[in-house]
Amino acid sequence: MVVHDLSFAVNQGDFLVVIGENGVGKTTLIRSLLGFLTPQEGTINKQAGLRIGYVPQFRNLDAEYPLSIRDFVALNFPNTIRPWLSRDERHRLQQILEQTKLAETAERPLGLASGGEKQRAYLAQALLAAPQLLIMDESTASLDNEMKFELLDLVSRFQQQGLSVLFITHDWELAKHYGTRYLHLMPQEYEQGPINELPASSEEGDE
Amino acid sequence: MFQLSFMRHAFAAATIIAVVSGMIGVFVVARNMSFLTHTLSEIGFSGAAFAVFMQWPALLGMLLFTTLSSVIVGQLSSDETRRESVISAVSALFLGLGILFLSLSNKTASSATSILFGSVVGISLPEVWQLVILSVVVFAVLLLCYRMMKFDSFDDVGARANGLPQRLLAIVFLILVAVAVSVASQIVGSLLIFILLTLPAASAKYYTHGVAKMILLAVLFSLVGTWLGLYLAYLSNWPVSFFIATIEVLIYGSALVYRWRVNN
Repeated sequence: MVVHDLSFAVNQGDFLVVIGENGVGKTTLIRSLLGFLTPQEGTINKQAGLRIGYVPQFRNLDAEYPLSIRDFVALNFPNTIRPWLSRDERHRLQQILEQTKLAETAERPLGLASGGEKQRAYLAQALLAAPQLLIMDESTASLDNEMKFELLDLVSRFQQQGLSVLFITHDWELAKHYGTRYLHLMPQEYEQGPINELPASSEEGDE
Repeated sequence: MFQLSFMRHAFAAATIIAVVSGMIGVFVVARNMSFLTHTLSEIGFSGAAFAVFMQWPALLGMLLFTTLSSVIVGQLSSDETRRESVISAVSALFLGLGILFLSLSNKTASSATSILFGSVVGISLPEVWQLVILSVVVFAVLLLCYRMMKFDSFDDVGARANGLPQRLLAIVFLILVAVAVSVASQIVGSLLIFILLTLPAASAKYYTHGVAKMILLAVLFSLVGTWLGLYLAYLSNWPVSFFIATIEVLIYGSALVYRWRVNN
């Protein structure tokens, strides 16, 4: 799908919910932000050196996936030649594992972890690099209701400490609960504003 | 046994081969590339046959063919289903070429056997040194990009999300596999090469959950197989490849049993 004339901003500490039906260009939007795609016209102004953490929607890890949760999260230290983790890196890793409530299960293989633990591990891996903007693509889609709130509670704790969040979803309840601003993508048009101006459901939004 | 110089060379070569293949094998298994490894060994056979035909050292022909073809495979589309069939086609072509080269060089029977199934007796001291040098190169390259290679191999989605140079890593890795295949086939032969490149690593992943520990364990499993295999071959006069294959399969079988018991 094509996104036309889209203009929006994410400020520090925002929890921007990008909401819309499948096929309106949510994925295209993320890919442009991450620099995988270049817009045909217009610009994407990113603060120079902005660190973006990205939690993709799909991961192909089966039950035989061998790495422990700790080792999986630690993969996101790629830019050093030293093969083992430094003391600072180990400390940072432990801190993130605790903040994402993974410290107790960190030695278990990720392949055998629950759905909620897996999503928290994906989140922890992205947060390890201390991003300023976190992009989450439908991270709650495969979770049951309780786990959805558990995951986003964690995220909003990081947001309160200054992390900007861009959360892609089509769950209106979650959007209203956690968002501070919204960006509603529709075929050929979009709306945005503070979260309390978000219409109650997609049906009303289409009118 | 160690009074015989060829046995000393064989043990030295086996040790180097076990270390390289255990190390690379962990990434081969993580990247789901066992099938490609098998193909590269067939291409290696063809390269060795070409070398016999040209009267070059077999290792040179293998290195030439495997590295060239791995770069080509690296350029192939990432469309998974087509990739498998293209790889099959390539391997069929190279097996055919290998047989042609051997037939043209009038050395068919004995050379073919030693290329396909390996031969310990033939390894000279200079050849041991060639293996040492190649292995040091493989080890150094892997060490330089260890963290990126680890990320890309064990979580390609995450690696893409973090903007790692995946195409470059894929090609570097294929070249490393090509060299490892050429090195390892000196002992087990090109038909059985994938045994050392896949089974020890596939077994290791059931026992431990960290990459470095998996590498250590895979190297250990390869060492057990090659050392014990050589010893048994020395005692019995049976082919060393037979013993290595059997030992590695037994190790893999016990790893599966271990996993089943842990999970039940």
